[in-house]
Amino acid sequence: MEQAGPTVEEMNAIVEEFNQANPNVKVMIDYVAYDALHDKITTALASTPPAYDVFLVDDIWFAEFADKGYLLDITDRVPAGTKEGIFTAAWEVSEVAGTVYGMPWLLDQKYFFYNEDILTQAGFSTPPKTWEELIEQSKVIKEKGIVEYPIVWSWGQYEAAICDWVTLLFGNGGTLVDDQGNPSFNNEIGVKTLDWMLQTIDDGITNPASVSYVEEDVRNVFSQGQAAFALNWNYMYDLANNQADQSQITGKVKVALMPAFAEGGMDSATIDGSMGIGIAATSPNADAAWGYVEYLTSKDVQDRYSAHMLPVWETSFEGESGEKLASTSPVTEVMVPMFQEQFPYSHVRPKVPFYPEASKALQLALQKALTKQASSADALNEAAATWTELMK
Amino acid sequence: MTLRRREAIVGLLFVLPALLIILGIVLQPIISTFYLSFFDASLSKTKANVFIGLENYLDLLSDDAFWATIWRTVYFTVVSVGLELLIGISIAQLISSRPPGWKFLRIALILPWAIPTIVNGTMWRWIYNADYGAMNALLLQLGLIEKYRPWLISPKMAMNLVILADVWHSMPFIALILQAAMATLPPELEEAAAVDGASAWQRFARVRLPLLRGAILVALVIRTVEAFRVFDIIYVITAGGPAFGTVTISYLTYLETFTFGHIGRGAALSFLISAFTLAMALIYIRFLYRPEDRAL
Repeated sequence: MEQAGPTVEEMNAIVEEFNQANPNVKVMIDYVAYDALHDKITTALASTPPAYDVFLVDDIWFAEFADKGYLLDITDRVPAGTKEGIFTAAWEVSEVAGTVYGMPWLLDQKYFFYNEDILTQAGFSTPPKTWEELIEQSKVIKEKGIVEYPIVWSWGQYEAAICDWVTLLFGNGGTLVDDQGNPSFNNEIGVKTLDWMLQTIDDGITNPASVSYVEEDVRNVFSQGQAAFALNWNYMYDLANNQADQSQITGKVKVALMPAFAEGGMDSATIDGSMGIGIAATSPNADAAWGYVEYLTSKDVQDRYSAHMLPVWETSFEGESGEKLASTSPVTEVMVPMFQEQFPYSHVRPKVPFYPEASKALQLALQKALTKQASSADALNEAAATWTELMK
Repeated sequence: MTLRRREAIVGLLFVLPALLIILGIVLQPIISTFYLSFFDASLSKTKANVFIGLENYLDLLSDDAFWATIWRTVYFTVVSVGLELLIGISIAQLISSRPPGWKFLRIALILPWAIPTIVNGTMWRWIYNADYGAMNALLLQLGLIEKYRPWLISPKMAMNLVILADVWHSMPFIALILQAAMATLPPELEEAAAVDGASAWQRFARVRLPLLRGAILVALVIRTVEAFRVFDIIYVITAGGPAFGTVTISYLTYLETFTFGHIGRGAALSFLISAFTLAMALIYIRFLYRPEDRAL
């Protein structure tokens, strides 16, 4: 998976370490693009025995996979020390109604990236704290002709669009669902937020191609110096700021707290994109699989492979351990404090078994509004109706 | 037992393994998919499938989104196969007139066809990219656009661009079939027409084209059925976006079956696709097939 987590090389190294240390277990790993992973898992798990013993589970799939009986209940396998050492917020991702269905694997959220060089040229010494301020800065950047479109997003018809939408919606004081789980995004705040997105396209502030983009497109455009601002996961920092073969703006990339709408009265809001690792409920090798999962999520492995993924262990961030983590690499130096600053503002998407279908309906609504096939209100109402229908 | 009957039994034994394999990998899935299409079935391990009769079919047939998808698929099929036929015939005609370099042209023609669809889709996704795509660079250098513009952000435009990518990929198939068919035509007929004073266009339209009808029929049936079931090129270039503007019937089936996990509904969709393709093949045969084409 490219847009979050360790690189393939890092992952191969981790697996190799495990295979060396455990000669009686042989782990073979397959890589699948994120947008194909869900469908790959649901088909692989439908067979008996399952095609995979261990698999990566995104935050939004836990409820569905638990409901479908794909995931092994590991509540009793997790040692007390592990339970306490890992962030509570990380357990919230892999727990469904009090049962633990997976080990937390990576903690991620969307970060706000900016190109310091462009801001300096435009005469700004600090990044925007609010979306209103971002518009002001963008107008100056555009007027001075530094870049054509100051900000690029991942608003394509994928889960990526939901992530950006949730970030903006929560930053405006909105929510996806209310306390009873009923859709609440189709209210005044939701409409206002979606209209704001549309307005930034019309004003030439948002790169219009955003409507067809995913995270990797955002990274490419930003890394070519064609955007002043971009939202992306943790992984972009290293690739855009440190890897000269991937980026033309190395050394100019800065990360700041995600803006919110001044109007909404929030300090910041972003989307939680954490993931866990699950074991197939019908796996004939459950014990060996658990050993492997424990190894992958151990503090030792997580601390050492932290260049593109921050550890799920709260203890990794505390005291001496925290200082050591921050000084592991030029990446952790920036991203560890940034993570701690941003994480309290991170929102998880609803944990519902019908999430893929509800999400697709919402993606369609966003796309209809952003391509002007429907008004924001009509599009969101339609998605909310589908969501309500799915709850039955 | 007569010798003939013994031979027949031995012959049957010889083909039996192949027959079993064909039954196993072709017929069995078709039957079980058909069976599944009458159930409210999911990929869940905890819920049993519930028999619901024709409900999957009736739901789909009364759903506006389903018909919108069908019309979108018909648009894709008609435009892309139409363009492929038009360009395919022109190129076949060009090659058979043996211009300088025609052998090279014939080989070069195979290249797009030889590229796997997924690779072709990825290539076009890059070509169409708004910020670093080759299409923007080309159009800008030709002076056709003043600045880079995004291509895949309107549903109509996205559909037409997916069609362009498909035409580029599949047109050579039609061109090669027709070129091969043209090579077998007896030159005497056109020579005789020329002697009778027929113009070049008349020789092509009145003599050559009718003789090619059988080959055109074969190419059309194959390409129409393929185009109607288009999936991979859309999955890669647009994933059905923007705003479902490029969701075709196969893509909808994929979403229902694998993303949403409604495999009963997905099975019903698969059978509706089969019904539509069969209907189209019958229409072609009814209007294009003539008894004298039986050789094909």
